[in-house]
Amino acid sequence: MSLQTPKHIDNPSVLYMDGVSVSFDGFKALNSLSMVIAPGEMRAIIGPNGAGKTTMMDVITGKTRPDSGTIMFTDNHKTEHDLTRFDEADVANLGVGRKFQKPSVIESLTVFENLEMSLKGGRGIWQALMHKLTAEKAQKLDEIMEMIDLTDKREELAGNLSHGQKQWLEIGMLLGQEPQLLLIDEPAAGMTDEETMKTAELFKRLAQKHSLMVVEHDMDFIEALDCKVTVLHEGHVLAEGSLATVKANPQVIEVYLGR
Amino acid sequence: MTQTQQLGPLTRLLMNDAAGRKVLLVLVLMAIFIPLSNLLLPEGSFFHVSTYTMTLLGKYLCYALLAIAVDLIWGYCGILSLGHGAFFALGGYAMGMYLMRQIGDRGVYGNPELPDFMVFLNWTELPWYWLGFDQFWFAMLMVLLAPGILAFVFGALAFRSRVTGVYLSIITQALTYALLLAFFRNDMGFGGNNGLTDFKDILGYSLQSDNTRAVLFVASALALILGYLLSRFIVTSKLGRVLVAIRDSESRARFLGYRVEHYKLFVFVVSSMLAGVAGALYVPQVGIINPGEFAPINSIEIIIWVAVGGRGTLFGAIIGAMLVNYAKTYFTGAFAELWLFMLGGLFVLTTLYLPKGVVGLWAQLKEKYLLKKQKALLVSPQDQSSVATEGVTGSEPSAGEKA
Repeated sequence: MSLQTPKHIDNPSVLYMDGVSVSFDGFKALNSLSMVIAPGEMRAIIGPNGAGKTTMMDVITGKTRPDSGTIMFTDNHKTEHDLTRFDEADVANLGVGRKFQKPSVIESLTVFENLEMSLKGGRGIWQALMHKLTAEKAQKLDEIMEMIDLTDKREELAGNLSHGQKQWLEIGMLLGQEPQLLLIDEPAAGMTDEETMKTAELFKRLAQKHSLMVVEHDMDFIEALDCKVTVLHEGHVLAEGSLATVKANPQVIEVYLGR
Repeated sequence: MTQTQQLGPLTRLLMNDAAGRKVLLVLVLMAIFIPLSNLLLPEGSFFHVSTYTMTLLGKYLCYALLAIAVDLIWGYCGILSLGHGAFFALGGYAMGMYLMRQIGDRGVYGNPELPDFMVFLNWTELPWYWLGFDQFWFAMLMVLLAPGILAFVFGALAFRSRVTGVYLSIITQALTYALLLAFFRNDMGFGGNNGLTDFKDILGYSLQSDNTRAVLFVASALALILGYLLSRFIVTSKLGRVLVAIRDSESRARFLGYRVEHYKLFVFVVSSMLAGVAGALYVPQVGIINPGEFAPINSIEIIIWVAVGGRGTLFGAIIGAMLVNYAKTYFTGAFAELWLFMLGGLFVLTTLYLPKGVVGLWAQLKEKYLLKKQKALLVSPQDQSSVATEGVTGSEPSAGEKA
């Protein structure tokens, strides 16, 4: 699929970004950003407003085309894909799931229907028209609802859920897609402390099977995730390491934590 | 789920659609009894339906099918087309061309090959795009293909470029206006300003006879019923839920891996073909098709029917089209100059006070009543029984009357 074989092939990665730059009207939203996510890794991304976190997710998921740089994604079958050549639907079907900051579930459909729609496969018109729920899929849906704690809300309209439950439903929809890589934008926003801790637990469980990239402002949440942290600033990586190391970095303190 | 699969396809479609079942039942009864009463009962009888009334109702049925077509894209997929009258008119023109060819040498000029307006323009032979329209099957194919192909080309360009919302509405409006101007031109070969008219017969049967009128009425009712069932099949499938997802959150649908532009294109083309069928059944009943059918106001009126009936409920679109057109027939007769103001007022009132249309009125009032009751309970928990009964006598009966 890919034209060139990157050097890191013996050092497997799910996502490999090298020198990615994007500018909007002269403003450099991403400035030669490089990052590698390993299979099964959980990574927290922090950074002040305007650091390029959302733009980074946009270029990975095909919403925005980078001006330059490489973004390679390795799927389950060890095939590499150049993500800069695909659009949102393609990238999603390759195995990259994305959760928005604002919970975006389909409010006028039920919890069950939301999840059913997310299930992997059957994206074509005809398949959607003739779709039948198989026992296997029904079981998968039950598992997901169990995992996100919404089994008793199965027939509830998504619009009637609480904010935290919507966030969980959206995470459940990501799981239905069976992605290798999950991009998650501020999952703890608007959650109670208890929900936040439950979410952190869920992510830790997920990280065994998927790779996760979590953008978050809530330091308690990141501490609970207990994973490697990348600090973005002005469109590139300022520091990388454990939360403690990053917190101690004088540059980081200056641009972010110190303010 | 396995239980559902054992049921017949029709049962499955209408299982959770009590109101739709009622509307369909009324349509079936209309399709049986109105033609029978017209043909069998003597004219003086109280239950006799005049040919005029039957034709008028047949026209409403065509409008109802058009309303379903618009509801399918607007109510379910959020595509606000302000140019759907164009697809209706194209279907109408395809039927009109067949009816023109049926006239044969019975026109004013008696030319067996050319329709009168072409003789008048001194044309000597039939333009290539009129070839084949003497065949009924070909004309019926064109009733589907002419709107379908236009919708496909237009939709492919618009949806791929991700034109949405008000911008899409504006270009659909421009589309129908451009067609209006084009069809007004004599050298387009569609009869110009006068359009196509003076039809004599269809499949050899005189359009003036009550029997033919009755058959056309039944055909319109059948087309509406089938159109309803087809639309119902689409909206109750997973594809229908993807359409709702696109309507509510287009980017979510994309990031779930659905090709939004393909889904929009599919439903847009299906909708345009339904509109074309409606137009084709409309023309033999009213006896004329002219460029006025492309007028932007016509397309806007369809939106009002759907909004008044209840957007996003297919049976609501039928009810809305019937109600507004009945009002139009009545008021354009009684106070012709006021009708457009009333139509505008109706749209404003619906938008402000009836977001779910007349079919949502009952639920809306019930919700209000429950809310009031809840509030009353919060204020004075000790005399909750007296407040509750007061509530019942206060708002419930009026709700029943209005609905």
